[in-house]
Amino acid sequence: MTIKGNVHKVGAHIDTDAIIPARFLVTTDPEELGANCMEGLEHGWIKRVKKNDIMVADENFGCGSSREHAPISILGAGIPVVVAHSFARIFYRNGFNMGLILLEVGDNVSKISDGDELEVDADKGEIKNITTGETITCNPVPPFMKEILNSGGLVEYVKKRLSERN
Amino acid sequence: MPKTLAEKILQAHTDEEVREPGQIVRCEVSMVLANDITAPLAIKSFNAMGADNVFNKDRVSLVCDHFTPNKDIDSAEQVKVVREFAKAKEITNYYEGGEVGVEHALLPERGLVGPSDIVVGADSHTCTYGGLGAFATGMGSTDIAGAMALGETWFKIPPTIKVELTGTPEKFVGAKDYILKLIGEIGVSGALYKALEFCGPVVDDLSVEGRMTIANMAIEAGGKVGLFPVDAKTLEYCKAAGRTGDSELTADEGATYERIVKIDVTGMKPQIACPHLPENVKPVDEVKDVVINQSVIGSCTNGRISDLREAAAVLKGHKVDKNVRLIILPATPSIWKQALKEGLLEIFMDAGAIVGPATCGPCLGGHMGILAGGEKSISTTNRNFKGRMGSLESEVYLSGPAVAAASAIAGKIIDPSSI
Repeated sequence: MTIKGNVHKVGAHIDTDAIIPARFLVTTDPEELGANCMEGLEHGWIKRVKKNDIMVADENFGCGSSREHAPISILGAGIPVVVAHSFARIFYRNGFNMGLILLEVGDNVSKISDGDELEVDADKGEIKNITTGETITCNPVPPFMKEILNSGGLVEYVKKRLSERN
Repeated sequence: MPKTLAEKILQAHTDEEVREPGQIVRCEVSMVLANDITAPLAIKSFNAMGADNVFNKDRVSLVCDHFTPNKDIDSAEQVKVVREFAKAKEITNYYEGGEVGVEHALLPERGLVGPSDIVVGADSHTCTYGGLGAFATGMGSTDIAGAMALGETWFKIPPTIKVELTGTPEKFVGAKDYILKLIGEIGVSGALYKALEFCGPVVDDLSVEGRMTIANMAIEAGGKVGLFPVDAKTLEYCKAAGRTGDSELTADEGATYERIVKIDVTGMKPQIACPHLPENVKPVDEVKDVVINQSVIGSCTNGRISDLREAAAVLKGHKVDKNVRLIILPATPSIWKQALKEGLLEIFMDAGAIVGPATCGPCLGGHMGILAGGEKSISTTNRNFKGRMGSLESEVYLSGPAVAAASAIAGKIIDPSSI
């Protein structure tokens, strides 16, 4: 899967309250949550995002609460992939479960600037920075996570396991 | 192979051989938890998975504690979804209304979680039960839906950081100060993907409630779990909560740790986490004189009876500063009743505090204590992220109950020993 889009860079330790503040948690609707994505970071942040844009973050992205509303709001905002130095653990599981692609690039994150155009090949684990001409390689997705992704997300994975039991 | 606490508990719940950190194993779970924010999404996923019934109706807990009593129509609709699901699936442990308490105080109190259990919850502070020796960790709603349907989930075996607490604590210094000190030292991603295992003479002396306070904030260091050995005190607590069949549990001699962090608590001052990250920790002397508008005592971190006793000891005979709203929320109905019986509520109300129902309300900026722009709060809760308690222009300082009580009297952050 290849995604081409412009970068919206955010900092380190972006928490789930920044991604989607608690006052918006009275719905599970992706569009509504998407409309308020990053509202805890900056009022009106979403206005600068186009469909298929890419979020790039520093260390520990998604720390804080277990709210799955966080990856849903990012997907709802039209962002299919987040590239970060590292992700908080619960957010990492939630991202894959929801179908949000997460790529960990460590210190290489400094090679990406706000507004850069990226071409992300999630299968190969390759991030081409069209603006600078540089290519970043990232960690492969662990085999078990691939099994979930290949099933079509956790919902489909569990469906399959349930039918195996019956 | 000698095992850490995390490895031992995971091994007890899987057929696979637990060999090393990084390995992925499938484990049976003991309890699955969700609340009024996360359960509606879990139910949506559960239905999409095509599951008919939960794996065990006694091993699912649904606790509506965040926006209840419902703060608005939307939250009422969310709770309705959870209530109807609980009824349809005949879930034993559904809590709302007069029975409901803050989930991480309620479940241990009811004996629903305990030593050697694996507990997964759609709430990041599920790690609280590590204070009882449970491998307990937060996950998202869809992971929880999977666990509700299958009775199992997967874990990556975490590397473990051992935290050794030694020394003699000063008056007004306790569990909350130890965990804040640790987070200040290792940072909010210091235990990312890892287990924290606590030991040492200070841990042996700590109450079970204090251990839960520490385990509660393991997530604030990025940790997967915060584990305590199971000793006679744990067993006594669990027995009083109505559990049977628990036994002592310690890490194996010679287990492999990624790192050992030693903290000597001797001479330690009360610790304060300053805005806007739990790692911005300073001793109270360096923060004193910050003028506050609100003080909150409660939450899954510090809303238990020992916390209320600590606050009452400071507040007795004093008045809350007229510019401060002191909000006290006993974490469960039985803690409320106990506080009433001991006269603590009278002390709080004589001091001018607002005593509210058991709710997560202000901790997450939900309701019952929202901050306006420019306002500052001291709070015994666990997070001080930007805008956590309301306006993006507000600030939250985290502390233990004694500091929060003393600061409410002084109108500014203060060391309780100077009251």
